[in-house]
Amino acid sequence: MGTTASQLGKDLLSEYQELTFLTKQEILLAHKRFTELLSKEDKALPNPRIPMQSILTLPELKSNPFRKRICHVFSTSDMKDGSLTFEDFLDLLSAFSDSATLEIKSHYAFRIFDFDDDGTLDVGDLEKLVNCLTGETDDTRLTPDEMRQLINNILEESDIDKDGTVNLSEFQHVISRSPDFVSSFKIVL
Amino acid sequence: MTKCGVSVLTTGDEDEVSSCYEEHEWGKNRVKGREKEREKKKRGNARKKGASRAGRGDEELEERAERGEKGRRRRKRDNHDGKGRERDEEEQAEEKSGRAQEERDTEEGDAKRKKKNESAKREEKKEDGGKRAVKEKANAVKTKKHKKKSSEEEDVEEEEEEEKEKELRPESLSPEELEKLKEAVDEKKKLIQTLRGKPWPMKKKLSTLRESQEFLEKYEGALGKGKGRRLYAYKVMMTKKWMKFQRDFENFKTACIPWEMKIKEIESHFGSSVASYFIFLRWMYGINMILFGLTFGLVMVPEALMGRPYGSMPRKTVPRADEASAMDFAVLWDFGGYAQYSVLFYGYYNNQRAIGWLKFRMPLSYFLVGVGTVAYSYMVVIRTMARNANESGGGDDNSFNFSWKMFTSWDYLIGNPETADNKFASITTSFKEAILEEQESRKDDNIHLTRFLRVLANFLVMCCLAGSGYLIYFVVRRSQKFALDGLDNHSWWERNEVNMVMSLLGMFCPMLFDVISTLENYHPRIALQWQLGRIFALFLGNLYTFIIALMDEINLKRKEEEIVKFNMTVWEASLYNGTVPENSTAPPVTIHPADVPRGPCWETMVGQEFVRLIISDTMTTYITLLIGDFLRAVLVRFLNYCWCWDLEAGFPSYSEFDVSGNVLGLIFNQGMIWMGAFYAPCLPALNVLRLHVSMYLQCWAVMCCNVPQERVFKASGSNNFYMAMLLVILFLSTLPAIYTIVTIPPSFDCGPFSGKSRMFDVIQETLESDFPAWFSKVFSYASNPGLVLPFLLLMVLAIYYLQSTSKSFKEANVELKKKLQMARKAMTQAAEQQSNNNASPQAQKGEARSFLWWSEIGSSGIHGKKKKKKETFRALCKDLNVLL
Repeated sequence: MGTTASQLGKDLLSEYQELTFLTKQEILLAHKRFTELLSKEDKALPNPRIPMQSILTLPELKSNPFRKRICHVFSTSDMKDGSLTFEDFLDLLSAFSDSATLEIKSHYAFRIFDFDDDGTLDVGDLEKLVNCLTGETDDTRLTPDEMRQLINNILEESDIDKDGTVNLSEFQHVISRSPDFVSSFKIVL
Repeated sequence: MTKCGVSVLTTGDEDEVSSCYEEHEWGKNRVKGREKEREKKKRGNARKKGASRAGRGDEELEERAERGEKGRRRRKRDNHDGKGRERDEEEQAEEKSGRAQEERDTEEGDAKRKKKNESAKREEKKEDGGKRAVKEKANAVKTKKHKKKSSEEEDVEEEEEEEKEKELRPESLSPEELEKLKEAVDEKKKLIQTLRGKPWPMKKKLSTLRESQEFLEKYEGALGKGKGRRLYAYKVMMTKKWMKFQRDFENFKTACIPWEMKIKEIESHFGSSVASYFIFLRWMYGINMILFGLTFGLVMVPEALMGRPYGSMPRKTVPRADEASAMDFAVLWDFGGYAQYSVLFYGYYNNQRAIGWLKFRMPLSYFLVGVGTVAYSYMVVIRTMARNANESGGGDDNSFNFSWKMFTSWDYLIGNPETADNKFASITTSFKEAILEEQESRKDDNIHLTRFLRVLANFLVMCCLAGSGYLIYFVVRRSQKFALDGLDNHSWWERNEVNMVMSLLGMFCPMLFDVISTLENYHPRIALQWQLGRIFALFLGNLYTFIIALMDEINLKRKEEEIVKFNMTVWEASLYNGTVPENSTAPPVTIHPADVPRGPCWETMVGQEFVRLIISDTMTTYITLLIGDFLRAVLVRFLNYCWCWDLEAGFPSYSEFDVSGNVLGLIFNQGMIWMGAFYAPCLPALNVLRLHVSMYLQCWAVMCCNVPQERVFKASGSNNFYMAMLLVILFLSTLPAIYTIVTIPPSFDCGPFSGKSRMFDVIQETLESDFPAWFSKVFSYASNPGLVLPFLLLMVLAIYYLQSTSKSFKEANVELKKKLQMARKAMTQAAEQQSNNNASPQAQKGEARSFLWWSEIGSSGIHGKKKKKKETFRALCKDLNVLL
């Protein structure tokens, strides 16, 4: 405990506390887990990145169908390879933490669901989303007919301005009324 | 993007970067000619800027031109906003998509930009004397305030402007400017507080935080003059300290929550619904801790420390007849013998009004703790219910059925592949079901058969319930007969028949119900509700039969008591006559308290019954856990190697964790505690112990031998359902307890209220002897029916009023929802119209939309609080601005 604290630095730690929804213990734990994932040569670097592959080995993300999207959304890497620095990692945990607000949660949920990064959820995004939710195996997949019906229904409900896509404010409008979202949009180390 | 990178490198000016964003955005909207024009202009500007790096002389001119440019741009954009709403939307979308890259760019240029920016500013100031910059800045701020602050980009601009404000010298400012500075400081503070809620990458947040803090440190102290300044600085320091303390305290608090890690582990394996049981268990544990603290601290400990010691009087001594077996384990296990004559039960307490050197009012304390236990429980349950209802307020409308299924059905906590597979399957089925339901209201193939089967199922269930009720009644009556015969003549089974039968019924009847419910062919969720309702009825029926039987027993004991009382007088008379016939004033000191005949003390009997019930219930729970879950898991696991079919996938398989059944068990257990706690003060302590053990045991059992549920239900919907059940149980269990307290006179020779005609007389007694005369007078006036009745009437009226207002709110809510739907329809029409002719749909569409948002403001305002309303209002205004 003492060593991790000294590694992080007191000022930085308090700044992180100020900027995230995490408590001190959680940040320290996150740091511990993060350094465990780092390879030896990376540790010497000033601001090491963990490649997406090793992030995905975390048990908390292992069985999440959106794990790759999550990495891409929170990554600040220029290569768009989904690698995370410690700060990105903290951002991730903060957004998924217990005390994060609905606003920030829905914002990131939107970006996670926006598979092609174009700022709206269009039919393609929704299809991908359904496929993620129903799993990879064929017996749980929906038939094309069902898929079309489902997506039509969704658009009918949440596409308020009828432009064929769901944009962020529409998405937040829908999400903010859901009773389950805040309690299920959580990842805890 | 590359262009932007270049321009950042060459000019490094903040303005340039922001314009570069726009460039990027507009670049995407390539159709519009005007944008191109602007692009050109900007590029020209950039070039100019580059040139100005060579000759710094025209720096100021440049700066002003820059500003003019910016203003123009802003105006232009406003224009543009007015013209094409649709385009604006697109822009917004683009903005969002491009944001990630933009932000990255910002970071890259950040350090460099800042330095350059500052150096440029310094030069500007040298030339300008600072004063003008101030004015300009003020103007800039003002214009900015008129502008809408919606998109990210503007946030960036805001920052940039605030950064410039840093250059102001506080000493040279007029009061107005000071005021402005103060505003800026406050804004910064607000920014710091809201920073964590901004979806920015950490680097940006960090730099913003540092800048703002630097700014605050620089100017905070400068605000205020002379004395005020010092005070202000002191205040600032104290707020800082206070914030830090609060944060530390928050950390401390979260560290203090017990079993957090355990629950998180379970959460990650089984999803939030199983975890919700454990959270409920922990909550229950907390309540019981407090109840335990009350009874232990105010009743048991004072009596043990300050009351008369064991053996000093008949009620505190084991009777001579039982002395030989009083220490036997079997007797103690039944809470007889020494356990019966201890602080654990009602009968041990003395009716001495004040005990010890503290003059502790024992009987009063006993009574008040009993009342307080119930009152506290009511308060906690209702408060929690209200909070839950607030949190999920308005979550019951079905207008976003599909979207919620789509966007919120994944439980991100799931970290176990098996659970994930189950979740996939359940999501798929829920999708399919929803589609089916949408396509057609399911046609029933044979409605008569289903109806018949459902009636049959209900009939069977009723039979089960009646049967179990009769069985319990029968067993309790039989046990009374056994008790009259004396317990020693009977086997262990006969002595513990009642509890065992109740526990066994509680164990097997739900399984029976489960089998019966397959007849009904309901939707799983409805089936679960029926199942829960039936189990609830079963438990309740059992409990009430038990209580009725107990009432019979109480009456029997009271008759016995009459006889004993009569015998006592005879015995006392004979004692006096026999030992000292002539001198009747001399006290008969030689009688040992164990030899004194005594009444049956029905209160202790009731307490004992409840304690035994709890113990046997706990035992059966643990044993079913060990056998039903653990042993089964072990057998399935190891016999699978040498069995003819696959045990793990086939028939026995591993057991699932039954959330609802466990919650029900917990609730009923708590009901028994509430019922019996008055007569057995040890019950909360026992329950704390039980809950503590079951926390560990069940956590372990879940992790090692259960598989995730196949039907995964949401945790949130059922929370208040359980709470409502708990409230019902609380009410039903306090009912008999209060009935006995109010109607039945206490035993004459045991307990804190012995010698009184009713237990609540203790209040009267205290009022008379411990309070001044006027107080009891006031009290008697206040308890006069002439005052109480109007008061009750007033309360009823208040309730009626509140209910009718809430009803009208609800109606208004429904009305607004209707309007919302109408607005939506109007919008659809508008959209259709737009597809028909692209000329003038905007006005209509905008109307519909504004109408929609406004009605939403109304609907959210109704069940929200004022503050919430304000917030939504603000947010909606923002949305409105963006959209229109």
